[in-house]
Amino acid sequence: MSGRVVNWRNSGLIGEDTQRLDGHDKASGFAKYTYDINPEGTLYAKLLTCTHAKAKITRLDVESAKAIKGVHTVYLFKKEGDECNWDGELVAAVAAETADIAEDGVRAIKVSYEVGKHFVDEDDLEGAAAAERTKDLVDKTDGDPDAAIKGAAAVHEGYYGIATISHMCLEPHGAHVKWNEGGDGPKVVAHHSTQAVSTTGPQFAQGFGLDASDVRVICNYIGGGFGSKFAADVWGLAATQMSKDTGRPVRLMLDRATELKTPGTRPSGFGKVTVAADEDGKIIAWKSHHWGTNGPQGGTIDGNQMPYVFSFENQAVKSTGIKTDCGPNRAWRAPNHPQLCAITDAALTDLAAKLDMDPVELYRVNIEEGAVDRFAKNKVSVYQAELDRAVELMEWDDKWHTPGEGDGPVKKGVGVALHRWGGRAGASTCTVKVHPDGGAEVFLGSQDLGTGTRTVIAMVLADTLGLPLDRVKVHIGSNAYPQANPSGGSITVGGVSGPVRRAALDALWQICDKVAAKYGVPGDDLDAFGGRIWHDHKEVCTWDDACRLLGTMTLETSGRGPENDGLTDQLVGGVQMADVSVDTETGIVTINKMVAVQDCGTIINPMTARSQVYGGLIMGIAYALSEERIMDNQTGRYINADLENYKLPRIGDIGELVVDMYQPESEFARGVVGLGEPPVISTGAAISNAVFNALGVRVPVLPLTPKRVLDALAAAKA
Amino acid sequence: MREHDQQRSDQPASGSGFNRRDFLKGSGAAVAATALVNEATEAQAQDNKVASGPVDVTLNVNGKQQTLKLEPRTTLLDALRDELNLTGCKDVCDTTNCGACTVMIDGKATYACTRLAVEVQGREVKTVESLRQGDSCDEVIDGFVKHDALQCGFCTPGFVVATRAFLDRNPGATLEEIQKGLGGNLCRCGTYNGITACALELAKKGGA
Repeated sequence: MSGRVVNWRNSGLIGEDTQRLDGHDKASGFAKYTYDINPEGTLYAKLLTCTHAKAKITRLDVESAKAIKGVHTVYLFKKEGDECNWDGELVAAVAAETADIAEDGVRAIKVSYEVGKHFVDEDDLEGAAAAERTKDLVDKTDGDPDAAIKGAAAVHEGYYGIATISHMCLEPHGAHVKWNEGGDGPKVVAHHSTQAVSTTGPQFAQGFGLDASDVRVICNYIGGGFGSKFAADVWGLAATQMSKDTGRPVRLMLDRATELKTPGTRPSGFGKVTVAADEDGKIIAWKSHHWGTNGPQGGTIDGNQMPYVFSFENQAVKSTGIKTDCGPNRAWRAPNHPQLCAITDAALTDLAAKLDMDPVELYRVNIEEGAVDRFAKNKVSVYQAELDRAVELMEWDDKWHTPGEGDGPVKKGVGVALHRWGGRAGASTCTVKVHPDGGAEVFLGSQDLGTGTRTVIAMVLADTLGLPLDRVKVHIGSNAYPQANPSGGSITVGGVSGPVRRAALDALWQICDKVAAKYGVPGDDLDAFGGRIWHDHKEVCTWDDACRLLGTMTLETSGRGPENDGLTDQLVGGVQMADVSVDTETGIVTINKMVAVQDCGTIINPMTARSQVYGGLIMGIAYALSEERIMDNQTGRYINADLENYKLPRIGDIGELVVDMYQPESEFARGVVGLGEPPVISTGAAISNAVFNALGVRVPVLPLTPKRVLDALAAAKA
Repeated sequence: MREHDQQRSDQPASGSGFNRRDFLKGSGAAVAATALVNEATEAQAQDNKVASGPVDVTLNVNGKQQTLKLEPRTTLLDALRDELNLTGCKDVCDTTNCGACTVMIDGKATYACTRLAVEVQGREVKTVESLRQGDSCDEVIDGFVKHDALQCGFCTPGFVVATRAFLDRNPGATLEEIQKGLGGNLCRCGTYNGITACALELAKKGGA
């Protein structure tokens, strides 16, 4: 380290593939998730949920449930006369000695409903308008798209859509709560499956007349969140109340059906697009009107970001939300983006077909022309470079053909799409302790969603102090620690790595000052590496010698962020390509190969970074081919809310996945940018475009189920 | 899905939406509105008397004989998790679809969510915890970590047990056999790539 500078250089660990620290504990079942918290005396809670889309509760009698031996308490989310607004809304919870007895209690509750009229058809814009359930959201025009369309060399009109999906966290939402009447500890100890360890405490406190300081929130491991686990939620508060009432700890985890129906979904989007280009492929006009639902609120995907990534001189965008009696939405990994991408990039590939053009060429022309939105403005050269790499890795030039060309019954095709995301660092603080024996630890109220946050924190601390990983300890997962950002929006890796780097550097420099005084070397020109302190490539002392200079007191420093010191940045691009086979007789789409080229600034742990992209691709394959919420128009119910009929890909369904982390010097120099959301965005559009390339027919709505493929082929023939 | 096919052959077809556990437990509130399920719900309503009252159940888990007081309707999964605190097997789908609850019974990968504790008496039950002694782990666990075959980790113990059981029976398995053999488990985060790499590497070494 020449001089005292804050950056990611001169590092031993940053950028090295590093196995996740909690890997063995997770893989061997030793890691305890909220659902696994099970101390002596725990009561198990089960839920009664509404079985109608729209209903008024006319009777809710829980006495026979309370009478069951082993049932301790019944909590009411609703009372007689209250309305229920979707299938799966919570009505009551029963806490009992065992889960089975709690289920007996739920079955014993006498509940009757006056069933109302429902509306759950999210693609039926006309029906929704007739039922006065639509809401005009965005209606804006730049330039004169109609005039531009008249003079265009090629005009394409299309209809596209993407269904609602659920988060499907394998560990359902829920909490294990213990209410303590006396003693020195916190009044409420909530093990909570949450993406927001530092910020849910006040929600538990509110309503119980407690201060936030009375509540301890703990989440060492979380079995999936994907944007849906930021709040204490009514079930967390119910568990608290039931623990208070019974004097026993209570565990309330949602059952699988309720997990799919109630704690969040990703909104649907359906829309008509008209897009026009000149003879060189330069897009001169865009018109779109899309609609969809996010449940009772009546929103759809964000019209302000349509068209996605691009911005054309002449464009008109309209969006209409539909109020449905379906479960509500929550942020789902990269909110809005996968749907915006699915509509925009499908239309662009269809336009390329009209122009007799390779869609990669269409992207190149329009990116070069600068027809990108304000977010993607600085990514022009990155997109071009990522397209180059993707073309090579996919062998695109050998595989791409005129749409529909080739003999059946199994036809092959390739598709491309691109995306962007913000990923700026969240606001976090941390405390670093360096002990006189040379060991170091760091505390922050963050959480590891499975992205590898714990490991990244350890790498940054160990790297800064020049120590092996086993000399540092990471403490996260409790609101007793310094506050860290909730993990959503790809802000965590930047949010935690900056503060930890700064706090660790502060500690290192203080120790270097002591070394300088003791050994007569210049304190601001020392390096810590390999468990030793160095000056000008000569060893001054061991790390443990240096720490002994602390005397009896542990050195404690704190770090905060984000700061404008180059450790973090924002905005990423990314290009994905798909290679598929489509069986024109069965309608089955098979993934042969996916390519993802992804930038994210400085990469701390390439191994877990690649895993994020693999995961994004697989979640993308899921919503592209099989995954959707199916609402029954007759009953208004979510009829596939189980893991048998809510179809997710299995291990043999994903084809070959090629992940290329794009990190030239220009990217490394940017600082850390979040990676969680981006790789799931363009997967659906790329697969849809590959199916179009195979068939020469657009299957308009994702997921591309066999029925939708066969329907599209039949419609094209007719 | 060799292992799981075998298992399914002596259990009610999961496609019916109605199984032994539902029958015993009568979980009518949780089922979806399909005609088939409604039929099942009616069947339950007519026979809603559950056999109740704890009985002695002796289980051989991870080489230890233990006698528990359990209601006969208690599933193996609930007994392992809630009574023995062996929480490596997870409760996710409750309907033999996801494999998060996978344990080995006499060496065979089995979904613990749909086995009653009473019916596995006298048989050898092994959970994921048996694959780790202190810091010494089964190669499958080490392999999962090496290939970063896990993210949130909630499906991982089930996948680890399924992989161990599969490799024991198919030590030199091919890629296609691995994809079929591990097709009874689900992951949401998207860790299949690492799991395949881990299983393939071990298969090349003879399933160590």
